[in-house]
Parts: sequence; structure tokens; C-alpha cells
Amino acid sequence: MSTQLDELLLRSLAPSVLAVLVRRGADFATAEDAVQDALVEAVRVWPAGPPRDPKGWLVTVAWRRFIDATRADAARRRREELVDEEPEPGPAPGVDDTLQLYFLCAHPSLAPSSAVALTLRAVGGLTTRQIARAYLVPEATMAQRISRAKRSVSGVRFDQPGDVATVLRVLYLVFNEGYSGDVDLAAEAIRLTRQLAAAIDHPEVAGLLALMLLHFARRAARTAPDGSLVPLAEQDRSRWDTASIAEGVEILQAALARDRLGEFQAQAAIAALHADAPTAEETDWVQIVEWYDELVRLTDSPVVRLNRAVAVGQADGPRAGLAALAELDDSLPRHAAVAAYLHDLDGDLATAARLYAEAARHAPDLAERDHLTRQAARLNARRSR
Amino acid sequence: MAKYLLLKHYRGAPAAVNDVPMDRWTPEEISTHVQYMRDFAARLEGTGEFVDAQALAAEGTWVRYDGEGRPPVTDGPFAETKDLIAGWMVIDVGGYERAVELAGELSAAPGAGGQPIHEWLEVRPFLTEPPTITE
Repeated sequence: MSTQLDELLLRSLAPSVLAVLVRRGADFATAEDAVQDALVEAVRVWPAGPPRDPKGWLVTVAWRRFIDATRADAARRRREELVDEEPEPGPAPGVDDTLQLYFLCAHPSLAPSSAVALTLRAVGGLTTRQIARAYLVPEATMAQRISRAKRSVSGVRFDQPGDVATVLRVLYLVFNEGYSGDVDLAAEAIRLTRQLAAAIDHPEVAGLLALMLLHFARRAARTAPDGSLVPLAEQDRSRWDTASIAEGVEILQAALARDRLGEFQAQAAIAALHADAPTAEETDWVQIVEWYDELVRLTDSPVVRLNRAVAVGQADGPRAGLAALAELDDSLPRHAAVAAYLHDLDGDLATAARLYAEAARHAPDLAERDHLTRQAARLNARRSR
Repeated sequence: MAKYLLLKHYRGAPAAVNDVPMDRWTPEEISTHVQYMRDFAARLEGTGEFVDAQALAAEGTWVRYDGEGRPPVTDGPFAETKDLIAGWMVIDVGGYERAVELAGELSAAPGAGGQPIHEWLEVRPFLTEPPTITE
């Protein structure tokens, strides 16, 4: 190792170190605290004296911390048994244990926010403070959220098989909630999904990873210097990250070839078709509609149907899009925004302006509200000319 | 997760059920009320849902820009202002239903006679950051 501490490498070791402690019989909650302590200690001492075997070092320090933590309390006798049984810190099976940790941290008994926080800490190796900052809550609140989550899963057997779908939902949430802080959550979600893909061979894990890479590739282009959102059609495509796109497409193609389609693969396929178009005009909307049909079949989600109406409007014209939209409940979130856009395409500027303004009033995020308000203002200015 | 503002009004909210002004309570009733608010915040911290709580002075000043090189104009406080914010709590919860549930509990804070005030609290969602995945 160089003297410059590689924080990502350090954090990538966290789950396997934690798994070693749990395999040795440590309870999950105390072991997780001990691993955090060991990570903090590593940040302090590694730059001056990097260990030859970083993982072995972390296991040793974390185990010592765990013993210290249990020494004072009633678990003393149990602890002494553990020390007697302590196995040699030789090669630890990394892969399966890491997978078990993902399952545990995304356990269905946890609320999504708790599963997200626990995954970022126990699997991602982030500190409570980093997670608190990322989600804009006080550190004390996040500490409680994590410790409650740990208590909730403390009775779960570590070697119980879990459901990959719940893990994917948690990782999707981490990626999609674009909150800020000193941690890039989207990049962190990609790292954790990559690690998961290495631990389990599953087409939907690959699908989610591809989806993330394809959206991450557009990130630089989707925000203007003033912070406003740039819609897909207006993005400077030369600013898309071609390496990220190429990797996403390759992962997706390998997953699709296995013929076990799922919603993340279908979403990634749509993102790949956008990525594949040199200009917005050259987008293959007909194929995109076909993928939305698959997604409707897979999820039966009204939000998917709403996005499908936009794609239909592009493939077959705004009237066809409006016809597709007419079949949907107009109380759906973003319904007015989609209607405004389709009327805009259809040249009905008065209706579009009114709907953009209405959509702005109900927009759930500030950037979208500002975008919709600007669209309404653009049409109103044109109409009054 | 979604953040909500629970907004408490000095004026401007519909009348509470137990609508006795605080200065007509007994000192013990005031203490009980204050303790209830503290306990409520502590409990939300324990559930990992607390973000912030602040109380505001009853009187403020209106301020506006008055042109280049000139000091801002100040005015007020206006006794007739209809809407007057007393304070707020910010929570980070699983969704709207939970926000309403918690606002209901906060509204049950004891007032005169040690009975719940049943005051009206305004629940307002925060605008979020845009999602990473857009279509």
C-alpha cells in the first residue's frame, strides 16, 4: 500500500471483516461497532505504518475491540468461551459472508430508511456521521436509526438465505435519492452493487448495476452550471461518460442473454437505448415503447404506464401519447407534468402552459418545480407575443 | 424517507379544542406541557425520526430592500398579522401517514386542566433533491 490511505479499499474490506467476527460467534450489533472502531483506527495509523495484510490487521483489531466491549458486561463467561474457541485468523471465506451481510442489512423486517442506513454502515463501511450528513439528519438521529435497525435484525440467523430483491430495492434507493454530503451516494451505490454482483450470479443484480452505470454516465450533463435540471432531450451528449455507458451496455447484454428478464434489466434497456442515440432526434422510441410494455407486464406500475405514455407520444405522436395517458388516473404523481409535455408537443400551448404551472405546484422536488415553472413561463411568454 | 415540517401557530390556525391561553394555565400545567414536548422530541430521536425543533419569539420585524446604498426598511411588528408562526419540528419519516400520526400526537400535548390541547398543526412536506433515475 502507498502511504496515501485508500479509503475505498479500506471500506471494501469492512463487510468481510464483520462477517469473520459474526462467524466466530460475535453478536452482530457489537461486532459491527467493533469493525467501525477498527476502520477509524486504520485511518489513524495506516498512513504511517501500512500493514502487509490489511484484512488480517482489521480482523485482529476489530476482534480485540469486540472482546473489550463485552469484557465488562454480563456476557463475560460467554466471551471467555469465545476466546477459547477463537479460530486462527487464516484465510476467511469472503464472498458468501458478504452476501449474507447484504441480506441481513436489507432484511424485510426493516423500514427502507433503516435498511439503507444499516447497509451503508455495515456493508459500505461509512461512518454514522457520513450517513447522517448524506441524508441531512442529525448524527444522533442516524445513530439511533442504525442501532434500532441492528437490534431488529439481531435475532436473524446469519446463514439464513435472503431475498435478492429486497437488497436490490435498498441499493436502488441509495442510488436514486440524490442527496448530498461528503459521500457520493450514487457512486457508493454503484460500488456496493458491483460488490454484490461479484458475490452472486443473478441477472437482476447485473440489470441494476447496468441501470446505475447508464444513468451515472449522464450525470455531468443533466445539471446546468446554475444547478437547474437539463432534460434528456437537451443534454450535451458529448458530456456523457462513454466508459460508463460501454460498461453498462456490456453488463446488460450479458444479463439479457440469459433470458431471465426482470424490471431492472428492462429499465436498463431503456436507458441503453437513450445512451445509444447520438442525438435526441435519433432515439429509437419504437423500441423504447416495447421495453415499456415489458416493464408494464413485469411491474404493473402506474408510474411505468405514465412514462410509457411519454414514449408513445414520441414514437406515435403526441395524440397517441395523450390517448395512452387518458387511460390513467389523473391523481398520479407527475400526471400533469406528462400531460403538459404531450400538449406542448401537440402545439396546444395554452393547455400546456396551464398544466405545466399546475404540475409545478405539485412537484416533489425543487429542481423539477423550477424546471416546470420555466416551461410554463416559456409558453406564456411565447403566447403573449 | 421524507422530511416534514410540523408547524405550530400563535395565530392563524383554526381554534384548538382546549383553547385556553398559556398564561391562564397553572405553573404545573406549563411544566407538564414543556416536559411533554421534550419527551416527544427525545422519543423521535430514539426512533431515528427527529431532525430539528425550534421555537420562535412572538414578535418579529418586517424587512425589505430599499435600493442601492440605502439601509433596509424595517417595519412592524404588526399586531394585525393574521398568521404568526410559533415554532416547528422537522421530522424524517417513512411517509405522509407517519407524519400525520406524529402531528396528531404532538397536538395532544397537555394544556389547561392537564387535558390535551387538540391544537391544529400544519404538516408540510419538504421539497426533495431530484431523483437520479428520471425515466
